Amino acid sequence: MTGTIGTGTTGIVLGIESSCDETGVGVVQVSSGGTLTLLADEIASSVDEHARFGGVVPEVAARAHLQAMVPTVRRALSRAGVRPAEVDAVAVTAGPGLAGALLIGLAAAKAYAAAWNIPLYGVNHLTAHVAVDTLEHGPLPAAVALLVSGGHSSLLQVSSLVTPLYPLGATVDDAAGEAFDKVARVLGLGFPGGPFIDRTAQEGDPDSVRFPRGLSGPGDARYDFSFSGLKTAVARHVEAQQRHGITVPVADVAAAFQEAVVDVLTTKAIRAATDRGIDTLLIGGGVAANSRLRAVAAHRCAAAGVHLRVPRPRLCTDNGAMVAALGAHLLAAGVPPSSLDIPADPGLPITTSLVGSSSSTTNRC
Amino acid sequence: MLVLALDTASAAVTAGVLRLPPVDAPEVLAERVTVSPRAHGELLMPSVCSALAGAEVSMGELDVVVCGAGPGPFTGLRVGMVTAAALGDALSIPVYPVCSLDAIAYRAGAGSPLLVISDARRRQVYWARYDESGARVEGPHLDRPGDLPVTSVSRIAGVADVLELPVVPRVVPPGHPDPAGLLAVVAAAVRAHTPPGPLTPMYLARPDAREPGPRKRVTSV
Ligand SMILES: [Zn+2]
Repeated sequence: MTGTIGTGTTGIVLGIESSCDETGVGVVQVSSGGTLTLLADEIASSVDEHARFGGVVPEVAARAHLQAMVPTVRRALSRAGVRPAEVDAVAVTAGPGLAGALLIGLAAAKAYAAAWNIPLYGVNHLTAHVAVDTLEHGPLPAAVALLVSGGHSSLLQVSSLVTPLYPLGATVDDAAGEAFDKVARVLGLGFPGGPFIDRTAQEGDPDSVRFPRGLSGPGDARYDFSFSGLKTAVARHVEAQQRHGITVPVADVAAAFQEAVVDVLTTKAIRAATDRGIDTLLIGGGVAANSRLRAVAAHRCAAAGVHLRVPRPRLCTDNGAMVAALGAHLLAAGVPPSSLDIPADPGLPITTSLVGSSSSTTNRC
Repeated sequence: MLVLALDTASAAVTAGVLRLPPVDAPEVLAERVTVSPRAHGELLMPSVCSALAGAEVSMGELDVVVCGAGPGPFTGLRVGMVTAAALGDALSIPVYPVCSLDAIAYRAGAGSPLLVISDARRRQVYWARYDESGARVEGPHLDRPGDLPVTSVSRIAGVADVLELPVVPRVVPPGHPDPAGLLAVVAAAVRAHTPPGPLTPMYLARPDAREPGPRKRVTSV
């Protein structure tokens, strides 16, 4: 191992992600100046196995993680050109996510860390979504982060990657990505809904219908989201047209729905930044791959004088690189690692970035 | 040879370090068994480390991992399987899967027909039947306790308290797989360096998932 724990360390971090349907393993190197380099980012996805169920089936995901875990680690190390003895720490998603899925990655990470006698970092999946951006855009200043995916919709304040994130707002019902899935189903498009809606909406008119913007009234929570009413409004609209024998203009409805989601997300995110005098907005999570969200956010941030950071789409969706990136920041900052008895926590609060950090000996085998 | 044996197919979290001499019976150097059905993920790795420390064996000295492959409740079972797979990969040593019921049967001993059962939750059990020589002749299967072939055996091993049977044969130990039983099942293969079979868990049941029917309308017609 290079460097010394506790005084700031350089080295190579293996990151493991298994909170939903992607088995992700990334390898990140942190150099003495704190610069992060992505060496490998391997994914095995079980998404196709879930498509016919219209949503992720936890048991199907867990079985796929077990099959894919070790082969994906092997692929990542070989792609990175890194020998096992060169790995300095293992980072893993400890939560939030699906309990049975999280357990696979966590158990594997503990085994690798113990076998190689190196530190384990059990980290928060959402913090990792923020950390991944530093692989592409370098050190992160104080920022507001908008994290949107099939599982989460959160507005957070980030002061650093090694201190807890501060929650500003979240969805009160469906996650943004979940709304995409449900509306795609109403429109007879595929699963997961995000990419299908995005593609279909390119041909549609976003102003063809004005769907409701949830929680956007003057008395509503400034930073919270609600997508359940929007989803129902789209279904009612489609069903009314079907009842009257009108061919549903799928592209128009997709575009109008997407516009409503993007409008609310960008309005609230930029409002949070300007309210708090923060000049950087970071967007992450699977929905951040949406082309309309990226375009509208860029336009509105420019108008508001806010610097926008969105990682490339491959890094927005769940992956191991984001976990390795966060682990690299923790290693570089000399943060004590997690103990080997940490639990998987499906409801891990956003205020906990690192689970079971301890300088005692229980963190080594 | 130095062997790490582990099993998480039952309510017990089991880890043991054994010495397997070329001819003589395996010797258990240290074992840690904790009955805690919901904490496999938390307990397993510390148990492995504690067993290694108790045996005064380091990770790097291990030659083989032996792992219970179930059948067992899925979430717990997978913790042991992925741990064994990752340890084998990290240490570049082979991992031998073992039917967890066979490990119990081995420790219950031969001599008369035996039924080995294990709690599958939701009022179901995993089971296998062994003849007087100790050979598995039926199973492993997943059934309701009332459907077990209890009249065809004279002894029953595994966790018996989940059963509501009209006739219960003599209950014998052990209740869970232990390191000695796990290694015994594959000792010959390990000694002969026979390549291990695929590390596949015995689920015996499909995932509980149904394809959705037609979408429900939100408006009444
Ligand atoms: Zn995510």
